[in-house]
Amino acid sequence: MFGIVGAIALVTAIGMLTSRSAIHSALFLVLTMCSIAVFFLILGGPFIAVVQVSVYAGAIMVLFLFVIMLLGAEHTPGEQNLPWQPAVAIILASVLLGTTGYTLWRTAPSWSASGAAPTAMLGSVEAVGRLLFSIYLFPFEVTSVLLLVAMVGAIVMTRDTK
Amino acid sequence: MTQDVFPQVLPLYLALSAALFSIGVIGVLIRRNAIVIFMSVELMLNSANLSFVAFARYFQQLDGQIIVFFVMTVAAAEVAVGLALIVAIFKSKKSINVDDISLMKG
Repeated sequence: MFGIVGAIALVTAIGMLTSRSAIHSALFLVLTMCSIAVFFLILGGPFIAVVQVSVYAGAIMVLFLFVIMLLGAEHTPGEQNLPWQPAVAIILASVLLGTTGYTLWRTAPSWSASGAAPTAMLGSVEAVGRLLFSIYLFPFEVTSVLLLVAMVGAIVMTRDTK
Repeated sequence: MTQDVFPQVLPLYLALSAALFSIGVIGVLIRRNAIVIFMSVELMLNSANLSFVAFARYFQQLDGQIIVFFVMTVAAAEVAVGLALIVAIFKSKKSINVDDISLMKG
């Protein structure tokens, strides 16, 4: 199960990276988001998985597609101002992946020791709601202000100044 | 009582998360389309979320999932503002190629 969904996530992420058209990139990214939502389900977070699908794969990607179609900018000219840039980028990203992989390989045995005992349903809606409205109440309220500011900012930036 | 096998699987999740993050980094560095760069940033946020949820499962603490909830909120706000910026830039420049946006270049 992990292998199949993980392969889907990786392949669609690479598809997003390599497809010429921005629309195809967006649709590949929707698939990546959905496979990550499946991982959230496997890891015991049904609430967070539903939020992932509805907010990320739904709202955010619709916003992306809307802007792509609004601007009519599916294709950008392929020329690069810096011809050596992709090679350097891939080398740097490989170094990043190598260092994270090395760290993981060094520390993996310590995690293989047994963790906490599993509970039946870790991230049920009730448990998440209880935590969100008790300990995390103040950050929760702050995010509402953040969303309001983002909304006002988006409107102000895109309106026509007469 | 069966033994919980998840601690043996945790490094796989972290490796997948690292791979997705690296793909996002490559996307930000090599793509010239501003919208695709934004999508790559979203992919990086998602890979970090995957790590959070995997560790929440490992430690049996719900706090990781709450953090993911907040990350999603911030990502939604970021996308709204970022796409508004792209639309504003497109209005004045008629292009969303990041190489054309070099107004501050010396």
